[in-house]
Amino acid sequence: MGNLTNALLDRLQRDFEITEITQRNPRLTTFKVDKEHAETLVRELRDRESYTHLNFITCIDYIEDGIFTLVYMLQNYDLNCMLGVHVDIGRDNAEMTSMHTLWGQVWTYQRELREMYGINFPGSPRLEEDFCLEGWDDIPPMRREFDTAAYSTEHFGHGERSTEEPRQYMKVQFYPNRGGDEK
Amino acid sequence: MTAPANYSAGHSAALDFSQPEPVDLSSGKYVKIWQGPQHPGITGNMSLELTLDGDTIIECKTHVGYLHRAFEKLMEGRNYIQNFTVVCRIAVPEPAFNEYLYAAGLEELSGIEAPERAQWIRTLNLEMMRLASFMMWIGGQSGAFGLYTVPNWTIAYRDYVLDLFEEMTGARIYHMYMVPGGVRFDLPKGFDERVNEVMDGADKLLDQIERVMFNNVVFKARSKGLGVIPREMIEPYGIVGPNARACGVERDLRKDEPYLVYDQLDFDIVTATDSDAYARAYVRLQETRQSISLIRQIMQRMPRTGPLQAEMPNVLHWKIPPGETYVKAECTRGEYGYFMVTDGTEYIRRVCVRGPSYTHAISVMEKMARGTNIADIAGLMVSLHTYPPEIER
Repeated sequence: MGNLTNALLDRLQRDFEITEITQRNPRLTTFKVDKEHAETLVRELRDRESYTHLNFITCIDYIEDGIFTLVYMLQNYDLNCMLGVHVDIGRDNAEMTSMHTLWGQVWTYQRELREMYGINFPGSPRLEEDFCLEGWDDIPPMRREFDTAAYSTEHFGHGERSTEEPRQYMKVQFYPNRGGDEK
Repeated sequence: MTAPANYSAGHSAALDFSQPEPVDLSSGKYVKIWQGPQHPGITGNMSLELTLDGDTIIECKTHVGYLHRAFEKLMEGRNYIQNFTVVCRIAVPEPAFNEYLYAAGLEELSGIEAPERAQWIRTLNLEMMRLASFMMWIGGQSGAFGLYTVPNWTIAYRDYVLDLFEEMTGARIYHMYMVPGGVRFDLPKGFDERVNEVMDGADKLLDQIERVMFNNVVFKARSKGLGVIPREMIEPYGIVGPNARACGVERDLRKDEPYLVYDQLDFDIVTATDSDAYARAYVRLQETRQSISLIRQIMQRMPRTGPLQAEMPNVLHWKIPPGETYVKAECTRGEYGYFMVTDGTEYIRRVCVRGPSYTHAISVMEKMARGTNIADIAGLMVSLHTYPPEIER
């Protein structure tokens, strides 16, 4: 880790009380910051420290501890190094400050995290729009307690299969109130 | 190190991330149509919900999910080696990058280093993949502008590269060849001659493509000036790869953060300045040529003896110590990455796949589409080079 990054981390410790600083490899350092300081910290890294590229935002579900760890991966193109900003939030009524004003793709990540983990980002654009899952009504599927095999068995079954005449079946689907009468 | 510039001041125009105001469809002035998910002019199964004022697109919304197979969730329930049947399916035209990154991430987290010869063969595999993928893309881009000769050439020629993959790995698309610790087996006898033969043919084909496609008046007229990405948009929208390089941004992970044996190969970062669909196509054409050159260099310089696999634990009961990493590589579309978290068990705690299409196909596409003529939307979509499966994972 270069002296510059060490100096930066010292300052972040002082100003934002970051903890659990870990050098994962020569190009990647991660640390944890409180939810309250996260948005200001990320903005400062972008505006003042040249961490201008957002690689991704994701979430790790630590169900045993009752927390989600949000990860904001930021890249500094001048130094070719990355900082992984970790933010812990509670799993119950999970909510995080929206950062959609910082990068153009953030609202998409937040929309995905709402759908897949049930995390709310108040103020984030189009948050309620479906991302991948149309009409999903179960628990958010990337949560650890979601059982894919059980869901599959319950919804799609593995018993006897049946078939329908495709054209007639689709007519009923399209015009359910008219018993499949397209006219 | 100079004092960092104030980012906000330099990107003020591009930092307007506001969504367009919804239009009153009942006014009868606007039409809403769907481009995709089943349409020859799209890049895989995604769709664009377009609102038109006459021929002009005034709003675009990208819809994905048609290929969602919950790869990341599936991986949490399978052991490390089982996941190799999953990762390669995340980007159909470029499965090798997924294999490599997943293997490289596991190696880093478990302190294993692949032998040198395996690293050369991996680099060869990735460059062959790049060549095959660009061949497919060139066909897609020319087809989107109505030039149907070129796709026939490139898709057919891609098959010769797939023949090489079949010979090298035993499979044409999903190779499952780069495994933790190295590669599964050695190159077959006579492989060098067949590689050279295919590369010679590819060189000639690219010359023809340059004449037929890049000098074609229709292609020029339709691609020049289309979808210009301003320089100020690059970082604020996370734009990477040829989409950024066509704008003069000289960044390529193979140079900036060399992995495998790229630091032992001779190549330059290809850039352009116009940042339109034509410039992006030209950058990709040059990168295809570059890929051929890299394949030739690898065949000449790679060591011919030595181990192909590092010593590995029993992979059926492989536990990796707690850790976290983000490994990345330069795929045809830019930064492709795997974020991986292990917790000491036989299963990965979390894996997040970062594909360039995530931003290129959604926030960038939606912004670029506004003001575009409906006839050009397919060409624009292909020129951003997006693969939906890496968005949905």
